[in-house]
Amino acid sequence: MVIRMGTDTGGLTVWLSGELDHHAARTLREQVDSAVERSAAKRLRLDFSGVTFMDSSGIGLIMGRYRLMLSRGGTLTVVGTSERLRRVMKLAGLEKLPIWDDTKEVTHP
Amino acid sequence: MKRPCNEMKLTFPSRSANEAFARSAVASFLSQLDPAVDELADLRTAVSEAVTNCIVHAYRDTIGSITIQMRLYDDGRTVIKIRDRGCGIPDVPQAMEPLYTTGGDDRSGLGFSVMESFTDRLRVSSRPGKGTTVTMEKYIAVRTSREKAV
Repeated sequence: MVIRMGTDTGGLTVWLSGELDHHAARTLREQVDSAVERSAAKRLRLDFSGVTFMDSSGIGLIMGRYRLMLSRGGTLTVVGTSERLRRVMKLAGLEKLPIWDDTKEVTHP
Repeated sequence: MKRPCNEMKLTFPSRSANEAFARSAVASFLSQLDPAVDELADLRTAVSEAVTNCIVHAYRDTIGSITIQMRLYDDGRTVIKIRDRGCGIPDVPQAMEPLYTTGGDDRSGLGFSVMESFTDRLRVSSRPGKGTTVTMEKYIAVRTSREKAV
């Protein structure tokens, strides 16, 4: 899994690409959390458009970052999820969380 | 009982880097059935969950061996057994409940739900202190090209 990050006013965007499993999620979580800490971002945006595989570790990652941003008085937005990824996310009821941005335009770094 | 038309067995240590290896190996073996993209993705996801459970739960503070046995039948039935010799599950029905986890922060507790949802049959047998075997079955739709090949 390769990740790239970029910041703009008040926001941090993380572009994920590759396979998101338990092995990848461990490092990813540390990198994202420390970047949120460093940048003091109030908005975290996770872009999944480059993710080719995801199991329930991805659900844990999203729920954990949702709680993190909530505790910091900020927001999480998830974009670029394929139909396949959404199928996994639906099992967790993630579609009920206020994290979705369905804008078709996906920005790249 | 029908005999499988092909089978394989794979044993590897419970290192998290092997989650991707296990998915790839199963997908590669399954490719001879010419599965649809979704069928392949379903099994890759289910296998990933089962192997992750062995790593996170069965061998929580240690490294042990994980064995995958995969059998293909000529009617498209695919049976995958994933076995560990780890700590075992004291209460299987409870462990299979959605959102139940002992994995701590950032584990969703949905591993068994994903396996159940992405396969046609799931069985879990476990003995505390002895290990756990997860058996998953999925029917891969028989296609004309494969019928000829068999």
